[in-house]
Amino acid sequence: MADKIATRESYGNALAELGDKYDFVVLDADLAAATKTGTFKKKFPERFFDCGIAEGNMMSVAAGIAAAGKTVFASSFAMFAAGRAYDQVRNSVCYPHLNVKIGATHAGITVGEDGATHQCIEDIALMRAIPGMTIINPADDTEARAAVEAAINFNGPVYLRFGRLAVPVINDKATYKFEIGKGVNMADGTDVTIVATGIMVAMALDAAKLLANEGISARVINIATIKPIDKEIILDAARSTGAIVTAEEHNVIGGLGAAVTETVCEACPVPVMRVGVEDSFGRSGKVPPLLEMYGLTPENIVAKAKAAIALKK
Amino acid sequence: MEQSKLNRLKEIATQVRINIVDEVHAASSGHPGGSLSIADIITYLYFEEMNVDPKNPKWEDRDRFVLSKGHTAPALYAILAEKGYFKREDLLTFRRVDSYLQGHPDMKGTPGVDMTSGSLGLGISAACGMALTAKINNKDYRTYTIVGDGESEEGQVWEAAMFAAHYKLDNLCVILDLNKLQIDGPIAEVMNPMPHDKKFEAFGFHVITINGHDFDEIAAALAEARTVKGKPTVIIANTIKGKGVSFMENQVGWHGSAPNDEQHATAVAELKAAL
Repeated sequence: MADKIATRESYGNALAELGDKYDFVVLDADLAAATKTGTFKKKFPERFFDCGIAEGNMMSVAAGIAAAGKTVFASSFAMFAAGRAYDQVRNSVCYPHLNVKIGATHAGITVGEDGATHQCIEDIALMRAIPGMTIINPADDTEARAAVEAAINFNGPVYLRFGRLAVPVINDKATYKFEIGKGVNMADGTDVTIVATGIMVAMALDAAKLLANEGISARVINIATIKPIDKEIILDAARSTGAIVTAEEHNVIGGLGAAVTETVCEACPVPVMRVGVEDSFGRSGKVPPLLEMYGLTPENIVAKAKAAIALKK
Repeated sequence: MEQSKLNRLKEIATQVRINIVDEVHAASSGHPGGSLSIADIITYLYFEEMNVDPKNPKWEDRDRFVLSKGHTAPALYAILAEKGYFKREDLLTFRRVDSYLQGHPDMKGTPGVDMTSGSLGLGISAACGMALTAKINNKDYRTYTIVGDGESEEGQVWEAAMFAAHYKLDNLCVILDLNKLQIDGPIAEVMNPMPHDKKFEAFGFHVITINGHDFDEIAAALAEARTVKGKPTVIIANTIKGKGVSFMENQVGWHGSAPNDEQHATAVAELKAAL
């Protein structure tokens, strides 16, 4: 497997790199060392503003900056960006459709030892429910960097979801082309489709190999943009394979699984099984046992894939 | 201030009050009390203080205004109409399903509205963002925001105050509308946020306290705020909720209820008599 890098690192590196090319400012709420906006701060200290531990204020300040004509990134952990500052994201940023790009790091249970208070497993659900919000959950370094640039060039609010954990680079930097709203076909298959996002994409590819060993042909799709979701690729998968498994590091309620289910139910109903956090809070621990405990594994994807196939008429 | 100028401002403020009462009556809903308490301040801001152009509402170098106490949108719409951003008759569409005059200010739909507001505590932070952007871009424009006294019970107001002082936003002028009433009763009884002067001073603000219905005091305070360097200014404006309509003055019940036809007629007659 290729090198591993956390998408929060990719975020910080991308900001620092793109700072030369684009005019934007970056806000953080006393987490620059963790969200990696510190990388940008080091290079562009005059364009970085620490807001202290006051995420609600930060989000509305960001809205004011955008209303005055400047693109701005506002960063914190997903828990505080989407959770603590929900009202501000909704009313200050999204209702007036401002150019605020929210860099939400430490999403999901792979936060690890910090435990449930810091493991946001409902941010995608919260952000999906706000009209006009765009949500991007990159799978690796290549995609994360591309997503940051795409967000800058996009007119309107964007929620960028990054992880704490180092993850393998699965997309080739030289050939990969990122487009907001477009899913990417990662592997072809005919019996079932695994639709995955974020860190689960690499696991989905592993699951497809495990399924192949058992004679099951699985297609794999990477959905980085959860909203607006790529209906075309999902419906194509539903039609061509007749069964879907979704995989996300998020509650099974309201996230990718929900978006995919809604999409197929309205146009091409096929069985959909969801791999994700089963509507429970996280807990402290090392990441590997946590992933095991919460069923975020290739093995669980395999089990759900077989269950989805069994439901086919 | 010269008598002629004072008379002109008083006339505009009275027309603003008539507009407010008309809007809320036409909509059969809205917030007259806190709109009337800021009528004089908002009149001075738009007709004397702020550098704005109704013909070019998005002009990059304009002074910015954020109505952080967004529920008093009738006052903002009233002054925007008087200033010429849109027709006065449109005010009667306030809160109607086909109107661009939303219950709370919407920057996307209403000419002259610089920031969407309504969820309390958010507007003052946005004003901080605008003031900071002026600094980043080396622009001379100033940013003004009116915050409610009840609103000052929101923690975010103080997060914003900390931010404004920390980044030395001397181009930001916060005006606190101290009318001393909120929906559930007197602020001192519901959840006392006072004393505002000592709090803002402790947060690093230059503090000026005035009678918010005295144009000389409003003018002097805003002029003083322009001279303050290295820190933001707060003008604590002592006001009367419902000011100008005798039966609404200091009556908490007029925070968020509309006058009926008879009350509307009485209010307008009173205000017209003052013209």
